[in-house]
Amino acid sequence: MSDASAYWKANIRLVIGCMIVWFIVSYGLGILLVEPMNSIRLGGYKLGFWFAQQGSIYCFVALIFFYANRMNKLDREHNVHED
Amino acid sequence: MDLRTLTFLVVGATFALYVYIAIRARAGTTAEFYVAGKGVHPVLNGMATGADWMSAASFISMAGIIAFKGYDGSVYLMGWTGGYVLLAMLLAPYLRKYGKFTVPEFIGDRYYSNKARLVAIICLIVASLTYVIGQMKGIGVAFSRFLEVDFATGLVAGMAIVFVYAVLGGMKGITYTQIAQYCVLIFAYTVPAIFIGLNLTGNPIPQLGLGSTMADGSGVYLLDKLDQVCVDLGFAAYTAQKGTTINIFLLTLSLMIGTAGLPHVITRFFTVPKVKDARSSVGWSLVFIAILYTTAPAVGAMAYLNMMHTVQVGEVGTPAGNIKYDDRPSWFKNWEKTGLLKFEDKNGDGRIQYYGDDKEFAKKAETFGWKGNEMVKVDRDIMVLANPEIANLPNWVIALVAAGGIAAALSTAAGLLLAIASAISHDLLKGILKPDIDEKSELMASRIAMGGAILVAGYLGLNPPGFAAQVVALAFGLAASSIFPALMMGIFSRRTNNTGAISGMLAGLGTTLLYIFWFKGFLFIKSTAMLPDNPANWLGGISPEAFGAVGAMINFIVALTVSHFTKDVPDHIKHLVEDIRVPFGSRAAVDH
Repeated sequence: MSDASAYWKANIRLVIGCMIVWFIVSYGLGILLVEPMNSIRLGGYKLGFWFAQQGSIYCFVALIFFYANRMNKLDREHNVHED
Repeated sequence: MDLRTLTFLVVGATFALYVYIAIRARAGTTAEFYVAGKGVHPVLNGMATGADWMSAASFISMAGIIAFKGYDGSVYLMGWTGGYVLLAMLLAPYLRKYGKFTVPEFIGDRYYSNKARLVAIICLIVASLTYVIGQMKGIGVAFSRFLEVDFATGLVAGMAIVFVYAVLGGMKGITYTQIAQYCVLIFAYTVPAIFIGLNLTGNPIPQLGLGSTMADGSGVYLLDKLDQVCVDLGFAAYTAQKGTTINIFLLTLSLMIGTAGLPHVITRFFTVPKVKDARSSVGWSLVFIAILYTTAPAVGAMAYLNMMHTVQVGEVGTPAGNIKYDDRPSWFKNWEKTGLLKFEDKNGDGRIQYYGDDKEFAKKAETFGWKGNEMVKVDRDIMVLANPEIANLPNWVIALVAAGGIAAALSTAAGLLLAIASAISHDLLKGILKPDIDEKSELMASRIAMGGAILVAGYLGLNPPGFAAQVVALAFGLAASSIFPALMMGIFSRRTNNTGAISGMLAGLGTTLLYIFWFKGFLFIKSTAMLPDNPANWLGGISPEAFGAVGAMINFIVALTVSHFTKDVPDHIKHLVEDIRVPFGSRAAVDH
């Protein structure tokens, strides 16, 4: 049981970490900070605009695979993986 | 071969393919009807989810809205992809572990109450039905164009095809058909984007083309050029923010939470072999979705630039700068037939003036002898379909886009109708009203439910409360405010009890629905709206589309508060929650 709760705590920590990144790349750089970000340019893109229409989506994909990968490891470490 | 024959051929060929697959994989049992046979590979499941997910709103409507809204259109891009992060981390693996057919089933079990299940059924039907209305709008646009009839006739034709298609298949047929549909729709979406990108910037990758310089040798970046063109005609700059930050923030949030709360998407992850696969399958879904979603901004921007150049052929203000109405290209004429594009020669000069309502510019426009914007109606939903014609691409590309748009609308409509049908026949009828119903009658009931849903949605789709993507946004708000919080608390809070969850769902759905109906009319009948739908009337500047995020907060707060003051969750439910939190001991994918 204690192992299950340690597993759950580790999971929550991982989720919160990922959520922070999720928030920053979309709401942070793409919405709240879009004006200052737009003063930086990435080729023809203004950076805030790029995050809102391109960058955030790439980050989301990377985040999910990162999470899935880490969770699979956690499953094994805490011995709760499927057989 | 003329365009019309070619379109019929391409659409007909893709249709024959879907129907062939659907018949080959025809659902025999109820289990197969609701969720595909167990053990669909995560990558394939991801692809099918992509088709299921990307609807008329994504395919037909979204790039058009981005084209006219510029930066503000980003809400749809972020909102409809960011939700997958929530889905992967907060819901999919746990619901897969629990291993049941439907969302109301989980809610009913977790909150140990048939009442909770019933409320979940209502939430699901309201959200899904609103979503189908949006699809119907999109289907109507696509069919009216390629049959060259008015919008209403196109819609009725579309309804008939959706009916045959969804009622015949069931989930098992749909999964394999949807993989085929994904391939058709992504090919149809990217091919014109590549062509147009090459034309405008010389870069074959639309995602890079949007950030490249124009191919005309001027060395100006495409987006800068677009900003300039917009400003020159009295519109706000393309990359500039037009709406308020709070509204953009909440709309994005609402779409994200709604994505994770939409039953037809969640059900998808019940079908993968393992909990582990549920996590990665969400990732694969997003990969396939991202291919279209990162292309869409390029499609929107480039289509808009091409459209502006079609109308404004020369310098702003000179008489010859505007195209003569008689010289208008054939795509313009074709769309006029559908009634979705309208021109009115306000100053009687026989030329088309299209410009924005910037006050400074309006004064200038008067000196040009312009008497107002003459493109009195440009339905945003026509942009993607008209795009290849505007760019003078070969006819086969235009035909392909029509086939892709129809594939997108059909696949999603079918998935949603299935979610509605299973809620009524499986959850309501078998689960609550008549537990001893046999399989045959249950299947029959679900087919009747589908038919009913198509009629209601088609009827409301005739007078939709907005563009396809906006109607769909409303559906997401409803899902966000009702289903997502109940599911999330069911997994992450052991303390949330039956009374809490029920009051939360009712409060969330109730307030959101009321707010939407207040501005859009009750049951979306416009004449019953209490206040005109504009920013001055919105509560705190929050649009009805964005209110779902507020509804979700209300849901969470009410549920947690009520749970705190009422009887604690029984022990066996606490064990159930402990159990779904670990992957160990999961059963084979839905196999009852």
